[in-house]
Amino acid sequence: MAKQLYWENVEVGGEVTPLSKIATTRMLVKWAGASGDFNPLHYDAAFAALQGVGSPIVHGALKRQWLVQLMTDWMGEQGTLKKFACSYRAMDWPRKMATPMTPEEGETWQCKGKVTKKYTEESQHLVDCEIWIENGKGEVTTPGTATVILPSKK
Amino acid sequence: MLPEEIAKFIGKSIGVVACEVEKGSIKRFADAVEETNPLYWDEEHAAKSRYGSIIAPPGFFGWPVKLPRGLTFQRPTDISDPPEITENMRVALFKAGFGRVVDGGIEYEFLQPVRAGDMLSAKSMIKDITEREGKTGKMAFVIIETAYHNRKDELVAKARATAIYR
Repeated sequence: MAKQLYWENVEVGGEVTPLSKIATTRMLVKWAGASGDFNPLHYDAAFAALQGVGSPIVHGALKRQWLVQLMTDWMGEQGTLKKFACSYRAMDWPRKMATPMTPEEGETWQCKGKVTKKYTEESQHLVDCEIWIENGKGEVTTPGTATVILPSKK
Repeated sequence: MLPEEIAKFIGKSIGVVACEVEKGSIKRFADAVEETNPLYWDEEHAAKSRYGSIIAPPGFFGWPVKLPRGLTFQRPTDISDPPEITENMRVALFKAGFGRVVDGGIEYEFLQPVRAGDMLSAKSMIKDITEREGKTGKMAFVIIETAYHNRKDELVAKARATAIYR
């Protein structure tokens, strides 16, 4: 974990520390089990093809959780995630596995964010961010917004 | 215009599901995301933190403690009690030509931390259903709102999920 972030150290336009993720077929199976989303669209190749998405796609909610981690890692333990939203605008396809533990070469996703507003409200020190996930081609597949409460040095 | 057979589901409650936030389920959830945050993993660290115990990542609200008859374990937000309500809505959408569904997005408001050992009640309703013309034809947006309360009946979080049928 990074050291604690304080409200005073954040500037509008500043970046949220980026987070890299690699979606793999293995990760999708783990997510299905841990989240309870057993839609075969995410693990059954024939079903996914019939649904018109080619091959199994990454769960939207898994991408959501990457973006939640982007924010919680950045804000540190004294920070609080107050509001969060994201939409699943474009599909992503996981890397296949090369060995039981390692994925094939391929796409890496970048979770990123930018500070859009810094303000106080009801004695809370708040920061609004624009957040998003870029696929391997640099296209935004999952845009969103987040508001965090940060500790103040004062 | 939405046909009445679909519009009639707007405003319907889809039940209340009691969810237990077990430590093990928090860890499996964090592991699936490949998160190593000690607040989710390290008892000692979490005990000394401002939370005083292991917490769940925002977005995890535990698992149902029991299920309506005929259902298997799944996301609490996929459960309706009785199960017929959401199933009937899906059938109505299917008959109207909306045979495929994808997750459209989510909005959360977090008001209290979720701690290991918490028992939450997840109360969901079909907030809205709207029809839109998309690039690939007509789509129906189904908005499900969920309110999570803890044992003290404090509001812990609110969620607004969008499912896109086409």
